Amino acid sequence: MISLVKRPQPSKTWVVATPILAVIVTMILGGLLFAAMGKDPFVAIRTIFWDPLFNPDFAAYSRPQLLVKAAPLILIAIGLSLGFKAGIWNIGAEGQYIIGAITGASVGLAFYPMEAWYIFPLMVIAGALGGFLWGLIPALCKTKFNAPEILVSLMLVYFAEQIMISVSLGALRNPEGNGFPGSRNLAQYASSANPELIAGTGAHWGVMAAFAAVVAAYVLLSKHMLGFQIRVTGESTRAAGFAGINANRLIIFCLGTSGALAGLAGLFEVTGPAGQITTSFNTGYGFTAIIVAFLGRLNPIGILLAGLLLALTFIGGELAQFMLSLPSASIQVFQGMLLMTLLAMDIFVNYKVVWRKKEAV
Amino acid sequence: MTELLKLQGLTKAYPGVIANDDVGFSIAKGEVHALLGENGAGKSTLVKMIYGLTKPDSGTMTLHGETYVPTSPQAARAAGVAMVFQHFSLFEALNVAENVALGMENPPKMKDLAKSIRDVSQAYGLPLDPDRTVGDLSAGERQRVEIIRCLLQDPKLLIMDEPTSVLTPQEVEILFKTLRQLQSEGTSILYISHKLEEIRSLCDGATILRLGKVVGTCDPRTTSARDMAELMVGETLHIPTRDAKTSGAELLAIKDLNYAPKNPFGTRLKNLSLTVHAGEVLGIGGVAGNGQDELLSVLSGEARAQTGTVTLEGKEISKLGPNARRALGLLAAPEERLGHAAAPNMSLIENTALTAIIRKDLSKNSFINWTKTENFANDIIATFDVRTPSATAAARSLSGGNLQKFVIGREVMQDPKVLVVNQPTWGVDASAAASIRQALLDLAAGGAAVICISQDLDELMEISDHFAALNEGRLSTPRAAKGLSIDEIGLMMGGSDTASNTQTTEGVPA
Repeated sequence: MISLVKRPQPSKTWVVATPILAVIVTMILGGLLFAAMGKDPFVAIRTIFWDPLFNPDFAAYSRPQLLVKAAPLILIAIGLSLGFKAGIWNIGAEGQYIIGAITGASVGLAFYPMEAWYIFPLMVIAGALGGFLWGLIPALCKTKFNAPEILVSLMLVYFAEQIMISVSLGALRNPEGNGFPGSRNLAQYASSANPELIAGTGAHWGVMAAFAAVVAAYVLLSKHMLGFQIRVTGESTRAAGFAGINANRLIIFCLGTSGALAGLAGLFEVTGPAGQITTSFNTGYGFTAIIVAFLGRLNPIGILLAGLLLALTFIGGELAQFMLSLPSASIQVFQGMLLMTLLAMDIFVNYKVVWRKKEAV
Repeated sequence: MTELLKLQGLTKAYPGVIANDDVGFSIAKGEVHALLGENGAGKSTLVKMIYGLTKPDSGTMTLHGETYVPTSPQAARAAGVAMVFQHFSLFEALNVAENVALGMENPPKMKDLAKSIRDVSQAYGLPLDPDRTVGDLSAGERQRVEIIRCLLQDPKLLIMDEPTSVLTPQEVEILFKTLRQLQSEGTSILYISHKLEEIRSLCDGATILRLGKVVGTCDPRTTSARDMAELMVGETLHIPTRDAKTSGAELLAIKDLNYAPKNPFGTRLKNLSLTVHAGEVLGIGGVAGNGQDELLSVLSGEARAQTGTVTLEGKEISKLGPNARRALGLLAAPEERLGHAAAPNMSLIENTALTAIIRKDLSKNSFINWTKTENFANDIIATFDVRTPSATAAARSLSGGNLQKFVIGREVMQDPKVLVVNQPTWGVDASAAASIRQALLDLAAGGAAVICISQDLDELMEISDHFAALNEGRLSTPRAAKGLSIDEIGLMMGGSDTASNTQTTEGVPA
């Protein structure tokens, strides 16, 4: 008979082991899925996980893509993880990402065609501020009216999307764009461009910001009072109240910070890889970052690795679609499997499996 | 008298502990049999086996002379064994009849059920209206719901697990009348308690458990409470003879406090006033749910009172938060250890930081000094003899007694001017309880004031200089603990300050 026995305290080994095990189980389940679709599972898994990095035919293009895709995921997920740790659920990072890109781009476009060193830093500040303010809306609704931040932040995504479409067609439309929707290309405007800093790596300013966020979050959570307050609140709101932690201030900090980081991610994207605000600027980083945050166990280092892993499945998934003509839906199922298996494996952190014979009477 | 239930050689082991070791006794038909023992003596395990919740490792039970092997509570009930638990399993949003129906396998129509509830409640002198919502009932009334739920099954054996722990002395009298009536009708009762006077006034026989073993049987009607207590704890009961201390300076004062809690099931504090002086222990008794949690939260700063109601050394603190109060020297230890006084999954080091950062100066520029925090955590562990592999162990991995020693130690070692504790020894084994009480006394001896909120009257009598009781959010006028009689205490707990011609309960503390 198999039974689960609760551990006296969470197992440190399993905290590390479960994500690795989850990846392996996902590969097996995904392989079965691909096999059921009539594809060679080994080739499919290799195409997703190995070819983007090491196949000489693709690596030159896809390897830099890894950091380009991982950076916004990590940047956003770091912000989300702060709130998630405290039980504050920002589901609307996608909206904060969009608004950050719009406010940042607006500042850059306002200076066009002037060239000056300070334009890009101003855009960075505007992007962070835009995301911060957008994140503050659910925070204030929560603290003033006790409105659930999950719903408010999620609804604001669709609101942000409408603003994005509106400005692509109106306020920010490129006057020299022959009437096509979309802003001027910021990547081609020297003062606002966010170029690759080290050739061949894909590392732009956003990648630097993502690494800085990982380090900052690590220090915040392990050493700083605020990080401690976040962790206590997530553990028990009553214990947090007893410790004198101001819940409202924490809600504002967590939603504001995650909004600002998502806004930054949007700004770095619009000034670099995307280049312009269009009607379809957002590609779901804000939602995928939720998976990254959990896959990384809400731990900054874990999120760094999870962001890279998920970016890899994106790039490899695209490659598999292209090379093996796998449908994109199957790649999404595969990514969903990853989260599901991780959540399922979670049980081993707090419980251990015991095999025992039937109890003697 | 004929034998109803006979237990022989019952043994049940859990990993690391033998909860019951070769336990055997028998209960006669119509007997009220007491099962006596301290917390952790194995009483709960034993009745769980009788009620079919766990299976014994070895040993036999016979009921009506036949082998009795209950595989589930349903089977136990079918055999005529019913149980009233210490913690009620009732839905607050449903009414009495609906709650009773939920526990039945084939509930009759609501109308018929309501009628039978009324009949039983009248027959046994337990007033209860089947249409009332359980959320509005007092603890005593909720217990009646549970008892009537059992009586509707017409049980041969009724198990009651510490039924009086939630009752006032006056409610206890009503319950005892009911139990005596049941006894006269031939129902046997297995009565679990560690309150000796109750057992002496109610029970015909007693089995005393200590550390899982039967250490004695006696006739409680002829055995003195002191003798039973000695069997139960294995040592002598101490009688407090201290004089009340009032000489110190006034430290904390509450004046005409009115407070409505946010929680709709909470208790409103009404016109509450008290003062404590340096070196004084003020004991606050009362049945659970009469405003204890609310009083603690108003003092800890988790809840804010109106301006001008709470002062510390003459300084107005009614609107200050927990950390501002800590800075001034007012510390607190709430009742709920896991999830209120400590964060369950966090280490003892982190749980030290929970309340000690300000007074022990454990941070600099908002960065926590974890080395210093760990040192202080280790100090607490060493001074208060907290049994744990290390300070990095999660709070929830500690036993209740050890975690409680840690929680109390964490506050005591911050040198408070005033310490407020709620149920400091609840669910704690005897030796840990004794050391916690001693720590509180030492703290007061050192010039601090201690407010101890507790439902354990023996504990309050042991450590208090002054005693008051909470009843429906009102606090009786504090009186010197020395010389108080159990009657006076009962009246204070029941909400009337002055003794008059009320019916008195039996017995005087040994």
